[in-house]
Amino acid sequence: MLKKATTSIKNKLFVTFITLFSGITSAAWDDFNMTKGVTAISKEVFELHMLIYWICVVIGIIVFSIMFYSMFAYTKKKNPNPSTFHENTKVELAWTVVPFLILVFMAIPASNTLTKIYDDSEGDINIQVVGYQWKWQYKYLEDDINFFSNLATDWDEINNLTPKGEFYLQEVDEAVVIPVGKRVRFLITANDVLHSWWMPDFAIKQDAIPGFINTAWTVVDEPGTYRGKCTELCGKNHGFMPVVVKVVSQDEYDAWVQGKKEEALKMAELTEKSWTVDELTQRGEGVYLKNCVACHQVNGQGVPGIFPNLAGSDIVLNNKARNVEILMEGVQGAAMQSFANQLSEVDMAAVITYTREAWGNAGNGDGEIVTPQDIVEYKKPKA
Amino acid sequence: MSAVIESHNHDDHHHGPAKGLTRWLYTTNHKDIGTLYLWFSFAMFLIGGAMALVIRAELFEPGMQIVEPEFYNQMLTLHGLIMVFGAVMPAFVGLANWLVPMMVGAPDMALPRMNNLSFWILPVAFFILLSSLFMEGGAPNFGWTFYAPLSTTYAPPSTTFFIFSVHIMGASSIMGSINVIVTIMNMRAPGMTLMKMPLFVWSWLITAYLLIAVMPVLAGAVTMMLMDIHFGTSFFNAAGGGDPVLFQHIFWFFGHPEVYIMILPAFGITSHIIETFSRKQLFGHTSMVWAMTSIAILSFVVWAHHMFTVGLPLAAELFFMWATMLIAVPTGVKVFNWVTTMFKGSITYETPMLFAIAFVVLFTIGGFSGLMLAITPADFQYHDTYFVVAHFHYVLVPGSIFSIMAAVYFWIPKWTGNMYDERLGKLHFWLSFVGVNVTFFPQHWIGLAGMPRRYPDYALQFADWNMVSSVGAFLFGASQILFLFIVLKTVMGGKKATPEVWEGSRGLEWTIESPAPYHTFTTPPKVN
Repeated sequence: MLKKATTSIKNKLFVTFITLFSGITSAAWDDFNMTKGVTAISKEVFELHMLIYWICVVIGIIVFSIMFYSMFAYTKKKNPNPSTFHENTKVELAWTVVPFLILVFMAIPASNTLTKIYDDSEGDINIQVVGYQWKWQYKYLEDDINFFSNLATDWDEINNLTPKGEFYLQEVDEAVVIPVGKRVRFLITANDVLHSWWMPDFAIKQDAIPGFINTAWTVVDEPGTYRGKCTELCGKNHGFMPVVVKVVSQDEYDAWVQGKKEEALKMAELTEKSWTVDELTQRGEGVYLKNCVACHQVNGQGVPGIFPNLAGSDIVLNNKARNVEILMEGVQGAAMQSFANQLSEVDMAAVITYTREAWGNAGNGDGEIVTPQDIVEYKKPKA
Repeated sequence: MSAVIESHNHDDHHHGPAKGLTRWLYTTNHKDIGTLYLWFSFAMFLIGGAMALVIRAELFEPGMQIVEPEFYNQMLTLHGLIMVFGAVMPAFVGLANWLVPMMVGAPDMALPRMNNLSFWILPVAFFILLSSLFMEGGAPNFGWTFYAPLSTTYAPPSTTFFIFSVHIMGASSIMGSINVIVTIMNMRAPGMTLMKMPLFVWSWLITAYLLIAVMPVLAGAVTMMLMDIHFGTSFFNAAGGGDPVLFQHIFWFFGHPEVYIMILPAFGITSHIIETFSRKQLFGHTSMVWAMTSIAILSFVVWAHHMFTVGLPLAAELFFMWATMLIAVPTGVKVFNWVTTMFKGSITYETPMLFAIAFVVLFTIGGFSGLMLAITPADFQYHDTYFVVAHFHYVLVPGSIFSIMAAVYFWIPKWTGNMYDERLGKLHFWLSFVGVNVTFFPQHWIGLAGMPRRYPDYALQFADWNMVSSVGAFLFGASQILFLFIVLKTVMGGKKATPEVWEGSRGLEWTIESPAPYHTFTTPPKVN
C-alpha cells in the first residue's frame, strides 16, 4: 500500500510540473482549479476567479523578486555597510494609492457579476430545497412532486469492506431533475440545523437555514448529471449528504413529472392494502437502512449517551402509541426529527413494525404491529 | 536591593525567585508569568497538533479508517479551539509579558497580581474543555465556530462545560489586555513617546484594545447559547421566533477582530527581526503604526465576509466585499516596508531571520488567497471548502506560529542567557517550512476542485492530494518535537549570550545582561 501511495504521489507531482510549466490544459486541470461549470453565471465567476488569481500572481512575482534580489544582493558579505534610509514619503504614497486603484479595477467586474446573481424573480420552475440531518428534500411547487434524496453509496464502501465506485459519496437514490434552458429557482431552507446547498457547476452555494428561505436560480444549457455537496457542518454525517442534479430535455422532464405522479397514485393504493407482519418487516428493513442506521446503527443499539438503543427499548416493545408519536413528531431538544413528511404511511408503518420485530425484540414485548391504516388514523385531526 | 545578594543568596525570597512549585503558583513576576504562558501554549500546541494529526490520518485515504465521523467532528472542533485560544493567543500574551516591560523600560507589568490570576485560570479552562472528551455524549462537535442551532438544540450535554471554559478564557484575555494597556500607557521610561515605542509594543497595544472590545461579545454569544440550552429562551431557535443568522453576526463580530488579534503581534515581531538581521533601521516605522491601526479599525466592519452565503441582501454583500478588499492596502504597506527594509541592508540568515522571511512570503500568499475570498461571487465557490482551510492555515501556521517560533529563537538568549544551537535551529526551520507547504499548499487545489471542509471522508478525485497533505502534516508535527528539544537544550546550557546578543540589535531589552535579571529597570532608563 505504501508503494502504491508513493507512486501516486510521484504521478501527481509529475502532473503538477507538466501542467504548470508547459501550460497544457488537460483533464487533470480540474483536479487543481475551480470548475467552469455549465451556466452563464458559473462561467463568469470562473473568469473573475482567474482574473484575480493572475493579478495576485503578477503582484506576487514583482514583490518576491525584489525581496529575493535583496536577499541575494545585500548579504553581509556582499554589502557590509547597510544604507541608512528609513523613510520616503513619495514611495510610501505610491504603494498605498496604486494597490487601491488595482482593487477598484477588481471590484467593478466583481460587483457586476454579484448584481446579476442577485436576481430573485420567479422561475419557470420553482423547487423548494429543505436540508435535513442528513438528506435533502425537494418539493416541486408547481407539480406537487415531493421526495427525499439520500446518499446512495453503500456504507460497506465507506467502511472499506467493498471497493469504492466511480461516484463514491457523490451519488443519491433520487436526483433532482430539471429541464435544460429553463429558469429554475431554488427556495432553500432547513428543517433542523444549518446546511448549505452547493452545486459547483451552477456556481450556487446557498445556506439552508431553519426559519429562513434563501433563493438561488440557474439556467443550465448543457444536459448532464451534476454533482454537489452540503457545505455547512451539520453534524455527524455532514460529509454524507450529496446533491445530484440531472439536467434533461423538456420532453424527458415532462415524462419524469408524469412518472412521479403515477408513483404517488400507486403509493396511495399500497396504503389501502392490508399488510402482513412479514411484508411490513421486510419493507421496514429497507426503510430503516436508509433513514435510521446513521444514528441508531444497524444493530439498533444506537450510540450510548447520544442516540438511544432500540433493541430492548421499553417504548419499542410495549408502548405502540408513544412509538408512533416519536416518529411522527420527533423529540423536542434531541436529534430525533419528525419523519411525518419524510416517510409515506406505508413506510412509516413498516419501519416501526420492523423495529418491533428486529434484534430479538420479537416476542419480548406486547407483539403489536403498526399498519399503514394506524398512521392514517394518527394523521386525522384529533377531536 | 543589591545585585550581590541577588546572585549569591538564592534563599532570599525578597530578591530572587522563590523555590519550588510555589514560585510558579504565587509569582507576580512578569518574566515568570511570561515563561508560564509560553510553556502552557506549547503544551496546548502539541495537544492541538496531535488532534490535527488524527484528522490528517483519517483523511490519508478515502473511506473511514481510524475514527468515527462523530469523533472526527470532536477532533476538528477541539483542534480549532485549542490552537486559537490555547496555543496562539497565550503564546502572544507570554511574549508580551516577557517583552513589553523590558521594551518600555518598566520594572514589571502594571497589575502583577491580576497577571498571576489571568494565567492560572487558563489551565482550568482547558482542563474543563478537554475533560468534555470523557463525558457522556462526547466533546463539542460543532466546529470552533459553534454555529447555532447545531451548538444549542442539537449539541451534546458537554456544551455547557464548553461555554463555561470559553467564559474563563475570555476573562483571562480581558485581564491580560487590561494589564498590557495599563503598563504601556503608564509605565514607559521617560522620553519614550508613543511614536518612539517599539513596534511589538505598538502591535500589542492595538491587539489589547481589540481584545477588550470583542471578548465580551464572545461572552455574550455563549451566554445566549447557555440560555437557549437551559433556560428556555430562543435567541437562535427559529421555532421559538429566534434567528440562527444572528448567532453568526455576533460570532463574527468577535471572530474577525479575533483573527487580527492572532496576527498583529506577529507583525511587531517580524519588524524587529527583519531590521535586526538586515542591520538597518526599519523602513516606515510611522506607516507601520498607521497600517496596524487601520487594519484594526477595518476589522470591525468586515465580519460578514464570513457569511456571504447566508443570504444577505445585495447592498450588504457589496459593502462587505469592498470593505474587505480595502484591508489589502494597509497589509500591502506592511509587506512593502519589510521588503524595503531588507533592500540595501546587510543581511545574515540566523534562524529567527529565516522564520521571519518565511513569514513574509507565506503570509503574503495567505493574503492573496484572502483577497480572492473577498470577491463575493468567487467566494460562493470557495466558501467552506479546503481553499478556505488552506487560506487561514497559511496566515495562522506560517503566519502566527512561525512568528512565535521566530520570537522564541530571537529572544531566548535574553531569557536563558544561552545561545540556541544554530545548526539544529536551521534544521527545525527547513523541516517546518517544507512540512507546512506540503501540508497546506495542495489544500488550495482540493478546495478549488470542490472538497468541502469538515468532511471526514471524500470523493475519489481528492485522494492523491489529501495523501500528500497528510504526509506533510506528519512531517510538520514531528519537526516540532525537535523544537521542544532545541528549547530544552538552550534552557539547560549552551554558548553564553552577550547583552546585545545580535550584532544589529536595537531596543532597551538588549541593554540589560543575558539572562535578564529577575528584576529589571527598577530605576527607569532614559530614552533620548
